[in-house]
Amino acid sequence: MSGACDDCLRRGYLVGLLAPRIAGLLGRSRRRPPGLLALSDEELALAVGGARGREEALAFIAGFQAERARADLRRCGVWTACEHRDGYPRLLDDLADSPAALFCVGRRDLLVALDREPAVTVVGTRDASPYGLDVAYDLGRGLGAAGMTTISGMARGVDAAAHRGALGACGATIAVLACGPDVPYPRSNRQLHRQIGEQGLVLAELPPGQRAYRWSFPARNRLMAALAQLTVVVEAGESSGTLITVDFAQQLGRAVAAVPGRVTMRVAAGSNRLLREGAPVIRDAGDVLDELLGPAAHRAASATEPTDLDPLERRLLDAVEAGLDMDAICAFAGLPVNEARVGLARLETRGLLRRDGLFGWERARGG
Amino acid sequence: MLARVPTFALEGVDAREVTVEVDVRRGLPSFTVVGLPDAAVREARERVKAALLNSGLDFPQARLTANLAPAWVRKAGASFDLALAVGVLAASEQVGLAALDGLAVSGELSLGGELRPVAGALAIALGCRASGVRRLVVAPGSAAEAALVGEVEVQSVPSLARLVELLAGEWAPEPPRSHPGARVPASAAPDLADVRGQADARRALEIAAAGGHSLLMVGPPGSGKTMLARRLPGILPPPTNDEALDITRIRSVAGLGGGGLARERPFRAPHHTISAQGLVGGGSRPRPGEVTLAHRGVLFLDELAEFARSALESLRQPLESGRVEIVRGQRALRFPARALLVAAANPCPCGLGGERCECPGPSRERYRVRLTGPLIDRIDLVCQLAPVPAAAFRIATAPGESTAAVRERVVGARGRQQARSGAAGASCNADLEARATRAVAARATGLEPLIDALDAGVLTGRGHDRVLRVARTIADLAGRDDVQRDDVAEAIAYRASAGAAR
Repeated sequence: MSGACDDCLRRGYLVGLLAPRIAGLLGRSRRRPPGLLALSDEELALAVGGARGREEALAFIAGFQAERARADLRRCGVWTACEHRDGYPRLLDDLADSPAALFCVGRRDLLVALDREPAVTVVGTRDASPYGLDVAYDLGRGLGAAGMTTISGMARGVDAAAHRGALGACGATIAVLACGPDVPYPRSNRQLHRQIGEQGLVLAELPPGQRAYRWSFPARNRLMAALAQLTVVVEAGESSGTLITVDFAQQLGRAVAAVPGRVTMRVAAGSNRLLREGAPVIRDAGDVLDELLGPAAHRAASATEPTDLDPLERRLLDAVEAGLDMDAICAFAGLPVNEARVGLARLETRGLLRRDGLFGWERARGG
Repeated sequence: MLARVPTFALEGVDAREVTVEVDVRRGLPSFTVVGLPDAAVREARERVKAALLNSGLDFPQARLTANLAPAWVRKAGASFDLALAVGVLAASEQVGLAALDGLAVSGELSLGGELRPVAGALAIALGCRASGVRRLVVAPGSAAEAALVGEVEVQSVPSLARLVELLAGEWAPEPPRSHPGARVPASAAPDLADVRGQADARRALEIAAAGGHSLLMVGPPGSGKTMLARRLPGILPPPTNDEALDITRIRSVAGLGGGGLARERPFRAPHHTISAQGLVGGGSRPRPGEVTLAHRGVLFLDELAEFARSALESLRQPLESGRVEIVRGQRALRFPARALLVAAANPCPCGLGGERCECPGPSRERYRVRLTGPLIDRIDLVCQLAPVPAAAFRIATAPGESTAAVRERVVGARGRQQARSGAAGASCNADLEARATRAVAARATGLEPLIDALDAGVLTGRGHDRVLRVARTIADLAGRDDVQRDDVAEAIAYRASAGAAR
């Protein structure tokens, strides 16, 4: 039996109906969704409705027509799963306020597989550094190549990079949205949204057509934390919403790991603190697999590490990796500027360095 | 009785010969000016009449018709006063027609009959030379500038009365002395030795000067971008005589002239709120824009990302072709615009850049898009500047190389370029045409980095020729005839990346 049962479907639409009122209730605070979503339908209506909304909500509950809703869903290509039927990931049962229904676009098999094979959530800041974006992309790509599902939130920055990496390796990827599954949010990622809907899976707690609310982002984060066995943080600032996902994962007893960032970088302060507090270090997809499946046979030295560098090139590479400016690179390598530039151009054509637009050089990864 | 007097009208930065024809015949007294005069030219009637009477000359009580030929060129300004007055004098037989042979006049008149200087005297003198006029009469204030052109006898006449004496052979003016123009004393000009550190940017500046290549400096406020840019004119070779005439002519047309010959290359730094018209010139009566005022010198665009997109867009064609073409009505005007473009920008809106940047992601992205906007593929050299460490100011670091030392190398490199391209060729490597660029490639011994970079996608096809020209300059600076591997690699390293040029 596929699709959500009538009750769950009604519940899903009720949350959608009350979403603006919940937003009004919570105001501008970024608090976690409180116990609200764990309440029964009637209790929820009473709790957030207000006098008029309560009547409206109760009338909605009484007059809900499941078949009409199903016809609507079919029209916009959205399918559903509910907690009372097969095809609903039992991982979500760990949540006290698990969503009754999930609204989905894309591959149904990915949702079913979550209970059988571990998946990884990759999250991080929207304002990621080029390095963070690179690492997130490589993680998605490596996990995709290893046949593992990458879960993220399709936000700008790290999220989108992880999705793109997975798609790039023809791997499985799931985007968990804070709005309806058919709404590309943020708009700049609409291409990515379409692609994930075709090659992966987009899922959401809110019904189609719903916009995102301030409260629905932390609510979405709880789903991301619950669906994966491991949450990997790539660059998160100290006040980043990413850390909300980490909190959920820890409460649920799921593993949390982080990618090291430069200690002087604001956007990596939160993720570096996690490492300091004992989170495992993730350098690449191999480390993720080790973390989930136990240490594998020792892998060959990283393919990106070139062996035939002369000592000068080595020093140039180190200088760029250390984030030095041009004059400091010259001083470090002991070269006059013109020769340093020559060396940098040579390393670039070998794929070891690349230019960050107009803003200098950086180490290329996975070249 | 009919008289003809040649004079000149400014078109862009050139002077076009205009013949003032004056016809005097009996009839009801009147004075008509035809031939597309503007309001200022029509008012010349009153000035001419008063000037003649106040100089003790006759204003004929007859029907006067003046025509400014060619009739379809719009005439503007007061510079036709003198020609009209001389035409009236000749047509009314107060001066002999023979005395006007081979003579052109240009000047504004006061009501008292004194001659006043006009803008663009040098352009007018150049126009005389071009159309074979041997003598030019101007006001004393214009004479020194006009006399910069040899081959034309410039006569400096203070008043209409003196002019009549001159034409009657009763008086001769002192020949004007063209003074060479005040040189900026070397101690006052900014020197490269003032700049601490920034070895990389200095190198880029030297290459830019040696080959005329455009340069973009990216760095936080206070890293010395403006300081370096202001020192660029100093390391360029001094203008040749023709270049100096060019510079002076443009300054004079724009009303910025100091009278003498320009000895320094111009440095123009327009504010980023400038309009497209201000940058490339225009207006109903077209005036030169900043890129023309910077001709043979440096055009510095500080805060490149803040300029209006339309303004930068309008610079593309002039930078490529070295001139601005403005079409007004049925006429196309040409302004020379061979300026060396130097731009500066902060790495991000907050200016700090790198890991200290505190800009929110979207605003940083928007800024980057603006910065890599319309001009980026016209930039040959990009260099990044870091903030100068405070230590460099406190500790007595060795001062950087001086302007004089760098200029010597630049002059040497330019000399090699001119010797190679000969009289017919471009004045510097940046101006090399496609065929000449291919010739550079044919003579190079190490093009491998270029091919590798194209293969690796580091370089676009469009960047290919520009890299070759920069590599040619780097070899010139090293005093080598062949372009070697390392020259090409260094040139590639100064390009904006292929990604930024998209």
